[in-house]
Amino acid sequence: MRLDWILVLLILSNLRLMASARMGAKIRTVAAQGVLLGLVPLLAGAHTPGLRSLVVALAGMFVKGAVFPWLLHRALRESREGREVQPYIGYMGSLLAALTGLVGALLLSLRLAPFPAGATALLVMAAFFSIYAGLFLIISRKRAINQVLGFLVLENGVFLFAAGVMGRTSLLVEVGILLDVLVAVFVMGLTLFHINREFDHMETDRLTDLRD
Amino acid sequence: MLLPWILPLIGWILAPLLPGVINRVKAGFAGRQGPPLLQIYYDLGKLLRKGAVYSRTTTWIFPAGPILTLAALLTASLLVPLGGQEAWLGFPGDLVLFCGLLALARLATLLAAMDTGSSFEGMGASREAWFGALAEPTLYFSLAAVGRYSGSQSLSQGLGLLSARGWYDVDPELALAFAALLVIFLVENCRIPVDDPNTHLELTMIHEVMVLDHGGPDLAFILYGSALRLWILGSLLVSLLLPSFGSNPWLNLGLGVGGQFLTAALVGVIESVMARLRLAVVPQLLVGALTLAVTAALLGMI
Repeated sequence: MRLDWILVLLILSNLRLMASARMGAKIRTVAAQGVLLGLVPLLAGAHTPGLRSLVVALAGMFVKGAVFPWLLHRALRESREGREVQPYIGYMGSLLAALTGLVGALLLSLRLAPFPAGATALLVMAAFFSIYAGLFLIISRKRAINQVLGFLVLENGVFLFAAGVMGRTSLLVEVGILLDVLVAVFVMGLTLFHINREFDHMETDRLTDLRD
Repeated sequence: MLLPWILPLIGWILAPLLPGVINRVKAGFAGRQGPPLLQIYYDLGKLLRKGAVYSRTTTWIFPAGPILTLAALLTASLLVPLGGQEAWLGFPGDLVLFCGLLALARLATLLAAMDTGSSFEGMGASREAWFGALAEPTLYFSLAAVGRYSGSQSLSQGLGLLSARGWYDVDPELALAFAALLVIFLVENCRIPVDDPNTHLELTMIHEVMVLDHGGPDLAFILYGSALRLWILGSLLVSLLLPSFGSNPWLNLGLGVGGQFLTAALVGVIESVMARLRLAVVPQLLVGALTLAVTAALLGMI
């Protein structure tokens, strides 16, 4: 029951990410999504959570809910380009694409049933929809920060799928994934900084004009 | 078992109280005393005693509009349950008739507004048609989500069953459908944040601008119709949210009616604390509500 609510909130946060026009709001939504996602391994699965999974979940929530937003807000502040998203696809088109993706995720999850104990069709649907939303954010927005957010959402979807369907993975793998994502966001933050310093903008469509 | 016709009768008698409650709550927020609770009844009585004036450019469509609107709404009021009581005319698939009657009421108002030949009324009609086209699928999808959840095809069965379940272990799809229905409630009744019932600036009005040329009994029909619309859509919200207590039908009916007035008070609070949205932003709100409703319907399929 509580897990259902969290999964629906995850779906809603993805919808908000695809619809929102403000960068600050999107960064905060991704942070909230990270915190919500940290709760999923504690509630899903057939096992009762032990101390180990609690520590991993708390570390994940801290990194995704506090460190990433801080980094991204800093990158946004230094870019000095205002708070608008500058999409290729507008509000209505994005929501239409979101609904299409939602239907696709539903059909996919219904085809994949039955699932192992602890996983539900809703969880698989939420995971696929997160992956879809991440990909959509990467291809449909101009400013480079959106690509970072899209990557995070995509990773959230993969994480959700793993947490729900795979059940218990080893501590080393979980911490490794978390470190990978952390390093990736650092690298992307640095790239953003360099793009920003060299070209006075962060628009990915203009990067294709690069000449030696 | 209560007499089946008592539910619509209560609605027809008490509906004009709802705008009165809304106005009193708004006045309270603004620090005024506000009009009497029964003001709408006085207005209706005054208007019904007057004669109507018709412009020479209008045809028979113009006086027929308010009558058709009111007739459609009166019929729709027979289809909605309240407080655990089943509707008088409930049958499987009645939600399609319900949505159709609301659309018919809107169409009649639109045609009457365009029949006047006034450019302002045409503008209002255009907005109403655009927002109505966005609001209608939302209503269908949220009612379908409720029907899917309860496993029944009639409004009174679906909403009635839900009332008995108890609201503390409510499922997320119901919460989504409720949120979408709340937006529909505000749109259909031309309330803030979509339309301001008090505004008289032609450039921003939606509903008020369409009824500018009506007077006398026609205006009385329109006033009563909008009060009835508040009651009908409020019944949907209240039946969806309110659990039933015990088996005493009178108690449940009383709670349902109380819920209606609570909804009216909530509308008053929303109107007092929120600003009207810009016209260009209203479709975004509607499409957002549509997304919620479709999500609720999809979740019901799992």
